[in-house]
Amino acid sequence: MIRAINVEEITKNIKEMCIEANHYLSPDMDAAMKRAEKEEKSPLGKQILGQLKENLKIASEETIPICQDTGMAVIFLEIGQDVHFEGGLLEDAVNEGVRQGYVDGYLRKSVVGDPLIRENTKDNTPAIIHTKIVSGDSVKIKVAPKGFGSENMSSVFMLKPAEGIEGVKNAVLTAVKDAGPNACPPMVVGVGIGGTFEKCALMAKEALTREIGEHSDIPYVKELEEELLTRINGLGIGPGGLGGTTTALAVNINTYPTHIAGLPVGVNICCHVNRHMVREI
Amino acid sequence: MDKHITAPITKEVARTLKSGDYVYITGTIYTARDAAHKRMYDILQKGGELPIDIREQMIYYMGPSPAREGRPIGSAGPTTASRMDKYAPQLLNLGLGAMIGKGKRSQEVIDATVRNDAVYFAAVGGAGALLSKCITSSEVVAYKDLGTEAIRKLTVENFPVIVVIDSEGNNLYETAAKAYCTEK
Repeated sequence: MIRAINVEEITKNIKEMCIEANHYLSPDMDAAMKRAEKEEKSPLGKQILGQLKENLKIASEETIPICQDTGMAVIFLEIGQDVHFEGGLLEDAVNEGVRQGYVDGYLRKSVVGDPLIRENTKDNTPAIIHTKIVSGDSVKIKVAPKGFGSENMSSVFMLKPAEGIEGVKNAVLTAVKDAGPNACPPMVVGVGIGGTFEKCALMAKEALTREIGEHSDIPYVKELEEELLTRINGLGIGPGGLGGTTTALAVNINTYPTHIAGLPVGVNICCHVNRHMVREI
Repeated sequence: MDKHITAPITKEVARTLKSGDYVYITGTIYTARDAAHKRMYDILQKGGELPIDIREQMIYYMGPSPAREGRPIGSAGPTTASRMDKYAPQLLNLGLGAMIGKGKRSQEVIDATVRNDAVYFAAVGGAGALLSKCITSSEVVAYKDLGTEAIRKLTVENFPVIVVIDSEGNNLYETAAKAYCTEK
């Protein structure tokens, strides 16, 4: 059975999700931040985590965006193959949702229309849209507004297969060390291993939308996530980069088959304002 | 050490601030980020005059979110300072007193900070809602067409920052991370 969905519904949901994600941190991130404040060893680090807790409170109570960089809107759509969209183009509907969310929601417009001419589009469009066709007759929408302080510190490493798991660890630690205070730690580290050049970057991005505390189903990958989190927190970068034991809240790794000649690794870093929201319609 | 200072800032005051000091700023500061810096730089290259007198001033690397009705400003946290590294030494040489941002600076900026008895403060990145509460007024004074990237004159009260690079060239990002580093 084909289920018809009017694209206006997509617009409405995306608008609400852009506004909500920028004012209320998700419960998993909120819990991780509170835990970090308790466990942080550096007095200055603890003080900064306390400020960030206060910041979240002010943001939600007074409807002020958590961060002034309300991001470029990254939208993941998992579309059931039994869905038929009507009422217009899906891409236009997504961008209209972003436009309404950013204009009506007093969010910052941070998108320039051409990367070199650099004129602001004034409504934060276009969004970055990733679609996946899945089974079923519903649409899962993930909205993840991405700030660029941390985006700028992300990297793709095309490793040689011989570099193996140690090469992967070094790549992740190198990216985090280079990011340091610039990425607004405590950060969340999304990693994609395998696939192709673009696939590993996309996996790293999607890994950021995973709930904090959830791990990979693959036993060795789960171990790798835990080991890397411990080692990243041993770098000493700390909250705000001002020293301490909390540099990252999570390392989330996704993997995919790859070519006999390659070992691509994407590292996408997100700041402590790791905005991600999911709805299913 | 906790300190309270006023803005603008003299070289004498800048010299008393040490890497790691927790400082509350009260007074007038200016915002400028990528696009405004590029314009100021281009003007100076052509021998023109800057739209503001930057001597002893503090520049806050920040582009706010829009203000809701009845509020002076929206969310207002620092942006990454290294993108201004290309432009900062020249402004410091012209008498800029302090920079407020977040993240690492280039050696050229550190050298210019020392040479000119200036200071680089970090505000807490991603605390835009909290920091906005310390801003009591905001007025666009140049480059209005740049929107969020326009130059704004802000009045701040007890605006919290941390001295990262002081006038002697000490760098908190390096010293503080070393103290907690267990990873070889």
